[in-house]
Amino acid sequence: MNTNFPDIPASPKTTFSARPVTLRINGNPVELNVLPWVSLLDALREYAGLTGTKKGCDHGQCGACTVLCDGERILSCLTLAVMKEGSEITTIEGVAQDGELHPLQKAFIEHDAFQCGYCTPGQICSAIGLLREGKAETRDEVKELMSGNLCRCGANTNIIDAIMDVKNLSAHE
Amino acid sequence: MNNFDYFRAASVQEAIGLSVEEDDAKYIAGGTNLIDLMKYNLTDAHTLVDLTKIRDHHEIQELPDGGLRLGAFETNAKTAWHPLVEGRYPLLSRAILAGATAQIRNMATNGGNLLQKTRCYYFYDANVPCNKREPGSGCSAIGGYNRIMAILGTNEHCIAVFPSDMCVALAALDAVVNVEGPQGARSIPFADFHRLPGNTPQLDNNLQEGEIITGIDLPANGYAQNYSYLKIRDRNSYAFALVSVATGLKLEDGHIQSARIALGGVAHKPWRDEAAENFLKEKEPSVPVFREAAEIMLAGAVGYEHNAFKIELAKRAIVRNCMMALNPETQVPGAGPSL
Repeated sequence: MNTNFPDIPASPKTTFSARPVTLRINGNPVELNVLPWVSLLDALREYAGLTGTKKGCDHGQCGACTVLCDGERILSCLTLAVMKEGSEITTIEGVAQDGELHPLQKAFIEHDAFQCGYCTPGQICSAIGLLREGKAETRDEVKELMSGNLCRCGANTNIIDAIMDVKNLSAHE
Repeated sequence: MNNFDYFRAASVQEAIGLSVEEDDAKYIAGGTNLIDLMKYNLTDAHTLVDLTKIRDHHEIQELPDGGLRLGAFETNAKTAWHPLVEGRYPLLSRAILAGATAQIRNMATNGGNLLQKTRCYYFYDANVPCNKREPGSGCSAIGGYNRIMAILGTNEHCIAVFPSDMCVALAALDAVVNVEGPQGARSIPFADFHRLPGNTPQLDNNLQEGEIITGIDLPANGYAQNYSYLKIRDRNSYAFALVSVATGLKLEDGHIQSARIALGGVAHKPWRDEAAENFLKEKEPSVPVFREAAEIMLAGAVGYEHNAFKIELAKRAIVRNCMMALNPETQVPGAGPSL
């Protein structure tokens, strides 16, 4: 992780100033100095150096920026970093454990669940949230509850296959 | 997005105080609509007052009269999946889950859902006139591409629709909105919360300056036996309704004791019609009876160039949804086809 966070000065036209925000990102405490209008997405990418989380539409329409906040999947583009003081944020960089890929990461590779890969970090974080929620049983329910993540390459069928695989696997554990 | 100052309120009282003291302050909770609007420069604020760290008003609480209080700062997802909501107000649960996406429902709050702005294309296009965005500039939707616009309660100033699904169920259930503001606390019946455009289409609702929604109260009768929510849209998931219908029926000896029907996607607010609901009283439920109620509800509807289809669509949606309410198990939650 890049620990040299840029010190962004206050805009010259105003008196608004950056302020410290403490987050736990992928298990590590991180203090960022951010201006109030910096989205959580920009804070992760530009301040914390974690560029795994992608900026697609920046308007909550595509799901590429999905991260887990205190275990729940959210859109990092539609929230401000300052609002997440004290929260535990998990990005795609944090889902592998002890050098071992997350089962969903393995399943995405196995099912060829991406082409360009731009939506993949959001898809995987979203799917982790979905499995944790435990509300989707059938394939149709998984599809419905993954509708916030768009794949413009058209890998959706394989993405749902990958998620169903992991879901059925954890059900048998 | 403009530059702004940020305060984190610890209590509703502190937030109200900040909104009075600070110049041009806006409240923020889930942020899913406000931040989007600010990124498009359609709204701005000098100060944002963050309500998310306020400890109160997050719970789903039983009320002494048998009703339920939904904390305004609870998320839409936690509300929809709450056992008391699923069990006693399944209509509300279904409506919430028909809206937005899992991520947005995890962020959006109950209070914020009521305060979201229209998704009228012309409201979002700062280069064209819009009376809701810039009062007095005109309505571009009336002579424009108006497929998604309203058919009931419109006028020459605005034909935008209010986009919430949750609020269609809240209207059907006769919810009450609790607010606190600089002048104190008050409760607003759901029917009086949102407005028709009138001469001030820039006002979506009757909240006063500085007021915060603290909770939404549901009456004891949740129509949990016979209910249905039907959402018809151009895409099967993550799309706003062309027409949606919330129905609750109370049946006794094969007759309708009371009926609630609310429509979404057709007006500047969730649409109820007392005459149609009264017509259904004491009737035996059937397709022709529901069709007649639908005719009453849509009697005053006016179609524009591209949305006149919504009038017949709404009538058929009402009939189909009322029939589904007779057998709620025929519904499939979310986007799946039902019946």
